[in-house]
Amino acid sequence: MSVFQLLNGLTFAALLFVVASGFTLIFGLLRIVNLAHGALYLFGGYIGFTVAARTGSFALGGLGAMVAIAAIGFVLDQGLLRFVRGHDLRQVLLTLGFAFVLDDLALVIWGGDSFTVPIPQMLRGGLRVFGVFYPTYRLFVLLTGVVVFAVLWLLLNHTRLGALIRAGVDDAEMVEASGVNIQRVFLVTFLLGSALAGLGGLMGGAFLSLYPSADAEILVFSLAVVIIGGRGSLVGVGIGSLLVGMLNTIGQVMFPELAYFVIFGPMAVLLAFRPLGLFGRPA
Amino acid sequence: MTGRAALIAIIVVAAAASLPLVLSSYQVGLATEVLIFGILAMSIDILAGFAGRTSLGHGAIFGVSTYVVVYATAQAGLPPAAAFAAGVLAATLVAMIFGLLAVRTSGSYFLLLTLALGMIVWGICLRWTQITGGENGIRGDVRPAALLNNNSFYWTVLAGTAIVTFAVWRFVRSPFGLTLRGIRDSESRMRSLGYNVPLHLFIGFTASGFFAGIAGALYAMFNNFVSPSTVALAQSVEGVLMMVAGGVGTLFGAFVGAAAIIALENVVSTYTERWQMVLGVTFIVIMIFAPEGIIGKLNAILMRKTR
Repeated sequence: MSVFQLLNGLTFAALLFVVASGFTLIFGLLRIVNLAHGALYLFGGYIGFTVAARTGSFALGGLGAMVAIAAIGFVLDQGLLRFVRGHDLRQVLLTLGFAFVLDDLALVIWGGDSFTVPIPQMLRGGLRVFGVFYPTYRLFVLLTGVVVFAVLWLLLNHTRLGALIRAGVDDAEMVEASGVNIQRVFLVTFLLGSALAGLGGLMGGAFLSLYPSADAEILVFSLAVVIIGGRGSLVGVGIGSLLVGMLNTIGQVMFPELAYFVIFGPMAVLLAFRPLGLFGRPA
Repeated sequence: MTGRAALIAIIVVAAAASLPLVLSSYQVGLATEVLIFGILAMSIDILAGFAGRTSLGHGAIFGVSTYVVVYATAQAGLPPAAAFAAGVLAATLVAMIFGLLAVRTSGSYFLLLTLALGMIVWGICLRWTQITGGENGIRGDVRPAALLNNNSFYWTVLAGTAIVTFAVWRFVRSPFGLTLRGIRDSESRMRSLGYNVPLHLFIGFTASGFFAGIAGALYAMFNNFVSPSTVALAQSVEGVLMMVAGGVGTLFGAFVGAAAIIALENVVSTYTERWQMVLGVTFIVIMIFAPEGIIGKLNAILMRKTR
């Protein structure tokens, strides 16, 4: 495998990490399998695209996408999911219905054409790394992925909120019993996870482009990442993203027609030995 | 089967069989669709209602059967009966693979895993263009000449549905079905009683896939066409929604749910193109207000009256 393909795998892994870390935060703490996460990603991409195209600022696009998707996440969590707390199946199916609504809404607003978020001037062109000429923007995506990992790691391990989130993943009832308003922690986590999906949408929208079924594709990759990494584990998501990103690149290069097998075959083998993923713990 | 249950079954089947006398040809087509998707929803209910595991991958199992039947008749030139058998067999094999991987999980993980597995099937159908025709799908004259008439096809499907429904009903009431119910209620207790839980779930999953395969093969004959949307997540989701709308664990509710959703789809589609949004909203409303489904709700109302 050439350096170029290696970088392709790494940059895709970075994007996956941003999207899947939001998914796993929500899954780990709130026990909600948010199947609207892919739709949030796509919606975030579209909003980011619109803002970036109107204002000419990529950074504003990213901010707009994160804020807007966090707001949609707020509506989903406080407006709908609160009625079905504690029922796994109902929660999952409700988020699925929400995803259908969001997808169709996106089709109404932006139509079925494919869009590519405009890349800012300073990230256009390429750089020479390890002897190959590589697109600057994709290197920026890689950097963003690393930064998001670092920020989340610091947040989870070195702040009070992070401690509460980690405690909540292990035993939400005990946290509540010790006088913490766990519902607020839940809400903040849900908003944070949603905002990460929005950010991912903008990042991915600039090199994978945005089109009506992009949400399902990114959702499947995120599911694979979370299934491999295990529920609620940041390190698990990191390793899962790297695995899925690299396997996807290998699959596309060597067996383009069966690229899905190359990702999900190893996932299946892993599951046979560790049903809860590499870093998953029983609920 | 008690005398009363048999009598009700005969009346329902007879009423269904007389439908073509009053319905238009188009409506008979819709009724056929209700029966086919009712079988799919019922196959999902075997796992969801009786083993406590909801699969989001059954649309893929269903669709594999459709693909194989269409391919076998259109490209390989198999006679309809052989193509039908090949389709059901293929679906059962896929269900076995799904089952092997999924039986050790439960709850959300089971959902996630079956969803991911279903998406793999979708990805393969989309990308393996030489065999599946990619986005364009495959078209073929699958339906045997004797059944080309809408009414005769409907009656054939109805007969098939009656047999399948009876088989499923026997299956969930058999000692094996009771162990599935035991696993749903308390997995650890069943394990300590000496039952091999994963093996039971594996067999349950395989049987459920077999029935979904029958529905898929019938759908191939109904539609004479297959494309990736037949194996897509939306198919699994519609199956689950029909099952939930009818009532989880009610088995026959699957047909009520299928009729409700298909009727809704047709009414809505005449007014607006936003069927997907309506479907999504329906999902949300059912989950919040009527998670026990139509049959479950009726049962609850009847119970209140008789008390």
